[in-house]
Amino acid sequence: MFESLTQKLDSAFRNLTGQGRLTEKNMKDGLQQIRVALLEADVNYKVVKKFVQEVQEKAEGLEVLKAVNPGHMVVKIVHDELIALMGAEHRPLARAQNKATIIMLVGLQGQGKTTTCGKLALMLKKKGHHPLLVGADVYRPAAIKQLEVVAGQAGAQFFSLGEHADPVDTCVMAQSEAQRLGCDTVILDTAGRLHVDDAMMAEVKRIAAQVKPHEILFVANAMTGQDAVRSAQQFHDALPLTGVVLTQTDGDARGGAALSLIEVTGCPIKFVGTGEKLDALEPFHPSRMADQILGMGDIVSLVEKAQEVVDAEKAVKFQQKVKKASWDLEDFLEQMQQVKKMGSMGDLLKKIPGMSKMMPDEQGMADAEKELKRTEAIILSMTHLERRKPKILNASRRRRVAAGSGTSIQQVNRTLKEFDKMKKMMKTVMKGPKGPKGLMRKMRMPSSPF
Amino acid sequence: MATGFLGRLRDRLGKTRTALVDNVRRVLGAGIRLDDAVWEELESVLIEADLGVNTVTQILDDMRKNAREKHIDNGETLIAVLKEELTLLLSPGDHSLHLHTESGPHVTLIAGVNGSGKTTTAGKIAAKLQRDGRKVLLGAADTFRAAAAEQLTIWSERAGVDIIKHQEGADPASVAFDVTDAGISRGADNIIIDTAGRLHNKLNLMNELKKIQRVIQRRIPDAPHEVLLVLDATTGQNGLQQARVFTEALNVTGIVLTKLDGTAKGGMVVAIQKELGIPIKLIGIGEGVDDLAPFNAAEFVEALFG
Repeated sequence: MFESLTQKLDSAFRNLTGQGRLTEKNMKDGLQQIRVALLEADVNYKVVKKFVQEVQEKAEGLEVLKAVNPGHMVVKIVHDELIALMGAEHRPLARAQNKATIIMLVGLQGQGKTTTCGKLALMLKKKGHHPLLVGADVYRPAAIKQLEVVAGQAGAQFFSLGEHADPVDTCVMAQSEAQRLGCDTVILDTAGRLHVDDAMMAEVKRIAAQVKPHEILFVANAMTGQDAVRSAQQFHDALPLTGVVLTQTDGDARGGAALSLIEVTGCPIKFVGTGEKLDALEPFHPSRMADQILGMGDIVSLVEKAQEVVDAEKAVKFQQKVKKASWDLEDFLEQMQQVKKMGSMGDLLKKIPGMSKMMPDEQGMADAEKELKRTEAIILSMTHLERRKPKILNASRRRRVAAGSGTSIQQVNRTLKEFDKMKKMMKTVMKGPKGPKGLMRKMRMPSSPF
Repeated sequence: MATGFLGRLRDRLGKTRTALVDNVRRVLGAGIRLDDAVWEELESVLIEADLGVNTVTQILDDMRKNAREKHIDNGETLIAVLKEELTLLLSPGDHSLHLHTESGPHVTLIAGVNGSGKTTTAGKIAAKLQRDGRKVLLGAADTFRAAAAEQLTIWSERAGVDIIKHQEGADPASVAFDVTDAGISRGADNIIIDTAGRLHNKLNLMNELKKIQRVIQRRIPDAPHEVLLVLDATTGQNGLQQARVFTEALNVTGIVLTKLDGTAKGGMVVAIQKELGIPIKLIGIGEGVDDLAPFNAAEFVEALFG
C-alpha cells in the first residue's frame, strides 16, 4: 500500500544522492518532495509539517559530520523518524487475568469493524482461545446477522440480544454469556458512528463504562484522507483507545492515514487488514512499515507467512526427495498448493524488496496466476501413478490429461518439459556446495510459474 | 433550496463547523493583507479538505496570478473569487439523475469500494422512486459479503419494493441477469442493482463488474442507464484512482458522495471532476431514508470552507 510513497521518496533521495555534499538548497528540494509525497499519501497536513521539520532539524545537525553520502544520511533520518512516529514494535493484544478479555471495536461507518471482528476471532481461535462475538450494532440493517454469519465462518461463538435491545445491555449480558459458554475472549462489534454524533458517542461511552474493555480498537481504513485526525481525535477524547486496526491495506491507497492516526491517538496500530477473507489480518510492524516506505521491502513478514503455511516437516522431506531425485509431480503439486496458500502472487511479490518497482502490471500478474492454475489443472488430471512416474505418460495418456484439464497436448508437453528441467536443475543445485542459495539464483527461469 | 443540505447539516453539527468558519474568517477576513501566512492558511484549509496537494497548488497558483491581475488585496475578496473558481470547476457535466426511460425498465447499477455506502444508497434511491409512484425492483448482486442481501432486503421492506436475491456465494452476474429479466416481465419502471464492494486494484473483481454490466446489456442493450460510483467523503487521494479504474471498467455516469454529514469535506471530487470529468450527482448526508440530496456545486464549495 505504501508503494507509491516509496517511489516518491526514492526519487526525492535519488536527487540528493550523487550531489556529493548536502547543501542547504538541495536538502530544501528534497524536503519539499518529502512533504508533497507525504501529503499525496494522505498524511495529515499538520502531521506532515511537524514531520518535515523534525527531519530537517535532525539533518542539519548531522551535516557537521560531513557524511560521504548525504542521500543515504537523509534516508536514514526519514526512516528513523517514520519509525519514531509509528510507535514501538508490534504490541500484542492485552489479556485479562482470570477472566475473559474484552475487546471492543469502534469507528466510523464502513471501516470494516464487523469483518475485523471475524478476523480477530479466527486469529484468536488459531492461538487456542475461545472467542465470543457480540453483535451490538442495532442500527445498520442486518449488521447483527452479518456478524453471526462471520462468527460461524470463524468457528466462534456468537451472542446478541438482537436489534431491538439496547446495545449496552447486549454488551453487559455478553459477559455472563461468555462465562456460561466458557469463552475467554469477548469481542464487541459496535455500530459505526460519526464522531460528531453526540447521542451515538454517548452510547459507545456508556458501553465502555459498563463493560470496561481491556482493548478498545479504533478501526479505520487505509484510504482515509485528511479527516482521519479529526475523527480519531474525537474517538480518542471520548474513549480510552488502546490501539488501531488499519483495514483495506490491500488496496493501492498510500495509507498515510496510518501516520496521522498514530500521531493523534498515540495508540499503536495493532493489526492491518490485508484482504476480504477472514485470515487476512496481520500484525502491524512499524519498523517493517518504515522499511516498506523507504523501499526496503517487507521480507520479514513474508518469511513469517511462509513459516505459518509451510509445514517444516514436509520441507525437510522435500529436500531429501530432491537430493535423491525422487521428487515427482505429486510433490510439485503439493509445493504449488503451499505457495498458493500464502496468498496471491501479487501480494507475495510486493513483499520482496525491490519487487514493487519491477513488478509486472496487474494483467501480467493475472496471466502468471492463470498459468499456475493451468499447471495445477494439468497435474490434477493425471492419475496418482502418472504423477509419480511421469515417464509413462504416452501420447494417449497425454491426450486424456489435456482433455481433462481443458488444455491442449502442447500445454501438457510444455508442463512436463518444464518439470523435467526444474527437477534436473534442483538436483544439481542441491548437490552443489552452495545449497539452497544457489538454488534461488538458478530458480529464476522466466517460463516457470515459480 | 430551502432544505439545502448545508442548512440541515448546520442544524445537526452546529458547533464543529462554526469553529472552523471562525478560524477561516480570522485569517482571511476583511482587511487582512495577503501575505505568505494567508496563502499558507488557504493551502492548509484546502489540503485538509482533501483536495490534494497537486490540485491545491494549481488552484493557488492561478489565484496568485488572479490576485495580482485583479489587484485583490484582502482575504474576503480572495475567498469569494476562490469559491467562484471552485464552483466553476465543479459545474461541468450533467449533475442530475435521469431515472426514466421511454420504454422498458430503467436500470441503475451501483458500484464502489467496500464500506462506501452502496447498499444504503441503493435503499435510499429505491425509497425515493417508490414514493414518486414508480414500480421499483432491487437486485442484491452482492453475494460475497455476509448478510449483504439481508441488509438490502431490510431496505426493500422499508421502501416497500420487491427484491431479487440469490444465495450467498452465487454468481453476482446471474443475480443481475435475473433482476433485469424479472424487471422486464413484471413491468418495473426502475431496477436498482447493488453490487459487492471491491477494491479497484483487484483485477478479477473488476472483471466481474464488467460481466455484470454485459449481462444486463444482454436483456436491455442500452442499460445500465445510470452507473453510480459511490465514494466515501472521508476518502483521501485514493478517490481519484478509484474513480479512474471504476470508470475504465464501467460506463460510470456519476458519483454519489456519501458520509458528508461528518467533518470530512470530500474535496477529492474536485480532482475527479477536473481530471476525469465525472460529475457528482448525489450526496449522502445521513443514515435515514431521506438523507440523500442532489449535488449543488455552490453549496458544496461553501461547505469546503465551512
